[in-house]
Amino acid sequence: MRTAGGYRSRGLGKTIDWSLVICWLIMILIGWVNIYASVHSSEPSSIFDWNSRSGKQFVWMASALVIALIVLFAIPPRFYEGFSVPIYIFVTGLLVAVIFLGIEVKGSRSWFEFGPIRFQPAEVSKIATSLLLATYMSQLGYRIGRMKDFIITALLILLPMGIIVMQSETGSALVYVGFIFMLYREGLSGWLIFMIGMAILTFILTLTASPFAAILVLISVASLCICLYSGKFRWWLFLCVPLIILFAFLPQLMQMLVEKMVDAETIAAIADNVEGVEMPFIMKIEPLHVLLGATVLSLPFVAFQAFRERNTFTHLSIISCLAGIVLVFSTNFLFNDILQDHQRKRIEVLLGIKEDPTGVGYNVNQSMIAIGSGGLTGKGYLNGTQTTYGFVPEQSTDFIFCTIGEEWGFLGSAFVILLYVFLIWRIISDAERSREGFTRIYGYCVACCIFMHLFINIGMTIGLMPVIGIPLPFISYGGSSLWGFTAMLFIFIALDRNEKKYF
Amino acid sequence: MKFNRKNKLLIGLCTAAAIIIIKLFCIQIIDDRYKMDAENNSMVYSIIYPTRGIIHDRNEKILVGNKVAYDLLVTPREVEEFDTLALSKVLDVTPEFIKGKMDDYRKNRRRIGWQSVIMIKQMPQETYMKFSEVEYKFPGFRGQARSIREYPFNAGGNLLGYVSEVDSRFIEKNPEYKVGDYAGKTGIEAAREKELRGEKGFNIMLRDSRNKIMSRYQDGERDKEAVPGNDITTTIDAELQHYGQMLMNNKVGSLVAIEPSTGEILAMVSSPGIDVDMLANIGQHYGEIASNPYKPMFNRAVQAPYPPGSVFKLVNGLIGLQEKVVSPNTYYPCRMGYHFGKNKLGCHAHKSPINFEESIMMSCNAYYCYILRDLLENRKYGSIGEAMDKWKEYVQSFGFGQKLGSDFPSELGGFIPDSKYYNRVYGKGGWKATTVISLSIGQGEIGCTPLHLANLCATIANRGFYYIPHIIKDSEHVSIDPKYKERHYTMVDTTHFPKVIGGMYRAVNSGFGSGGTASIAAVKGLDICGKTGTAQNPHGHDHSVFICFAPKDDPKIAVAAYVENGGFGATWAAPIASLLTEMYLTGEISKERKYLEERILEGNLLDRVKVKGKK
Repeated sequence: MRTAGGYRSRGLGKTIDWSLVICWLIMILIGWVNIYASVHSSEPSSIFDWNSRSGKQFVWMASALVIALIVLFAIPPRFYEGFSVPIYIFVTGLLVAVIFLGIEVKGSRSWFEFGPIRFQPAEVSKIATSLLLATYMSQLGYRIGRMKDFIITALLILLPMGIIVMQSETGSALVYVGFIFMLYREGLSGWLIFMIGMAILTFILTLTASPFAAILVLISVASLCICLYSGKFRWWLFLCVPLIILFAFLPQLMQMLVEKMVDAETIAAIADNVEGVEMPFIMKIEPLHVLLGATVLSLPFVAFQAFRERNTFTHLSIISCLAGIVLVFSTNFLFNDILQDHQRKRIEVLLGIKEDPTGVGYNVNQSMIAIGSGGLTGKGYLNGTQTTYGFVPEQSTDFIFCTIGEEWGFLGSAFVILLYVFLIWRIISDAERSREGFTRIYGYCVACCIFMHLFINIGMTIGLMPVIGIPLPFISYGGSSLWGFTAMLFIFIALDRNEKKYF
Repeated sequence: MKFNRKNKLLIGLCTAAAIIIIKLFCIQIIDDRYKMDAENNSMVYSIIYPTRGIIHDRNEKILVGNKVAYDLLVTPREVEEFDTLALSKVLDVTPEFIKGKMDDYRKNRRRIGWQSVIMIKQMPQETYMKFSEVEYKFPGFRGQARSIREYPFNAGGNLLGYVSEVDSRFIEKNPEYKVGDYAGKTGIEAAREKELRGEKGFNIMLRDSRNKIMSRYQDGERDKEAVPGNDITTTIDAELQHYGQMLMNNKVGSLVAIEPSTGEILAMVSSPGIDVDMLANIGQHYGEIASNPYKPMFNRAVQAPYPPGSVFKLVNGLIGLQEKVVSPNTYYPCRMGYHFGKNKLGCHAHKSPINFEESIMMSCNAYYCYILRDLLENRKYGSIGEAMDKWKEYVQSFGFGQKLGSDFPSELGGFIPDSKYYNRVYGKGGWKATTVISLSIGQGEIGCTPLHLANLCATIANRGFYYIPHIIKDSEHVSIDPKYKERHYTMVDTTHFPKVIGGMYRAVNSGFGSGGTASIAAVKGLDICGKTGTAQNPHGHDHSVFICFAPKDDPKIAVAAYVENGGFGATWAAPIASLLTEMYLTGEISKERKYLEERILEGNLLDRVKVKGKK
């Protein structure tokens, strides 16, 4: 092959990462046959029947292949970097427009409808955001540690995310959180991820255990970090650990003390709300208040010590810890007043606060039954009873993994997951190998999006995550999603190929 | 490998994948729960119901047996278009009934799934025969044999209790039951449910994706045979129970007979009771029974707290002898009652003064006022309260004021007052012996069940001890609690009992005109000992009470009869109890007492009983 400059470029076979293409092909085929399996009993027909979902999916697959070819061969790779800004603006416009012009599907306005074809701009917005992020962050002199750069980066992510939340598609918005891993790779402090993790942990602990437990864990972690940072791990082991254990048993200790000091009749009377019985002082003390008191008293010493040592880390830790405590006390407010009803219920069911096997919990329960009944090797293709008989909702879209789990068993599901791990791993490796920041950052964005979809979707079907309706990339039924992910992946393959071409 | 950010992210990726795979491993391979749930969705369990255990009487006669009935099952998802009219003709129901049912199933189709539901319960055999001839025309419908209860004797409806389908509340409390199961709800059926029910079996069938039954699951390897329930032998004498029910017919009250030497209940009648014909089909009759103003479901023999009346004098007398406030030779005068201050507790006309035995024979009220007053004002005890509590202790040692602990469900304990009770009513120091003087003659704040009275009678017959009355006997599969084989002694020495028995003997066997209150109960050669009671009833006619045992020296039966609004003890209760005794001991009623039997069998006291909801 000759190019304009007269250089010999390397051939197609050597420049395209064929492992990614094959991986993609296997996945869409897995999706196709399982979509057929999931609907075949209610719509017994050929896998190619245009009226059934498997037939439609075949059309989507064929068109996805066309898209892939266009991306690979028709569009020059330089186009993406050059046009990332207009693409981003255009797609953001679509996101806003869909709120007003879109049709309503299950309570959210995120779909455009053109005759028989439905299209969800959120799927494209992931690509647009990734492209713009890659363009912006690969500029010369960009440093994520600089405040201005960081804020603009954050805004680029938060803008589409916010609009999608306004479409009531919280699940799709959640995917954007995944970009944090890309930011981490590009130099964002790991503490940010750590603190987000801690905030989620605190939130869950407050809801499932108690504010007391949440605060105790917060303080333990904060003290461990401070001690580790200033090389006083022994201090932590011999001073903090015993204190933490003591506080862990504080509620029980105080209960014992109360039983020793107050006679049983008074306790019973207070429990029965009998009037005129004065509550003894010891019973008025809450363990939580004791813990808070101890924390507040010890803070100045730690802070003073840090001041003497000019240790900013300790100060920041203390501030984060205090912020965490504030979060503990605002958890109830956040949970009850900010979250929407159905979201709250899903979280309650996931955390086991409320059992609801017929309502919100129904989907998860049936999905786990379907997957669990697969056993080691599964019931065999088309032999599933749970998914095909309609026990599992959304069986070909969001819950497609149930069909895989039931009919192909543990081996089949583990294979699918390992396939994803391979795909993501491969994308990251390719991204790392590339010499251009743009390709690397874009590659990481693709990896993050696929990872978030994978973890949230499968986590939901096996009860690890609340029910969040987002599709499983390449496998779930649906044109929008398949096209979106195919385009996203093949843009990366094209970028990657472009680099290999000339070196 | 460098520990750079790329690799950290890859480690994170692998960790997340590992978490998912571990969780998958848990639910797909370790935890069986999900497989079971899935099986419930795709396998059909065809249940084989066990036959329930048979209930025998003490002579191995069958009180409760089994017969076969057929339920009509429907699997709504298998039902195809069918001729409603033809089916309704075969099943002998209206087409509207079938349409209504099918509409119900359609509404609840999600809940029903591929399960079968019962459309008609307990079809008669002829209906089932007709149906099975045309069954092939109605896919989705099938019959299922099930054994239901059958009662060869009309004896002991209340005692036996009924069996019915479990409701959702029952299942909540007993999760081992499923919808469609039957369980004993009252009486022996409930008390012995564990032994009687047996174990369900099942055949497992597989369905294919078109909901057709394909084959036995694993060739029937995991099927389970039904295990029939264990038979039970009761202490009831079916003939005697039946006779007792006839005697109590059209009267309100109860009749309890105990074998003193074992504590076995020979007969226990609560009248009006439930007819066994109704038991077999309780569902149809439940409304009728529940709305009956005489409350046939209420088992008066163990649940109704009555004042015992003069029968209770026996207890007070025995306590008096033990506490030495009275001796067999103590004479007290009676001038138509016991006078204290301006008040008087009246008595009937009889000779005066009288000794201990005569006081029982003639049932003198005054005599027992003296005894109770001496008991409560005994210097031995620091205060009247202390004496009162001692008295209660004595009374309780006869089994009163508490549940006897019989194996009969829903037994109640009655009530015996103590000083705490009177302190609450009258204030501390606000009461004295004369305040509570009516306790001496078994009136006032005493409540005891007919079972208590029968037990008292058995205790006296045994000269000082009783076995806890019970209705289940040891048999092949069922062994009873050893507590039913322990003697329970009262706090009164056994030496005092013959004196009381002497009085009871004279009350029955002194002949008319002698002053004995129960001459009507005398049967030649049976040596019946008895005591009448007439419990005052401020709401109407007095209650008629009688306890007796026989023969005097080798008691085989102890009976308590309590007839509400029956008047004097000798009018109704004494004839009833003595007839039952005679029937049990001789197997017939002697010629000279036939008139009495006739009077009792025909007697109707229902109009005297005031009931709610009836003018």
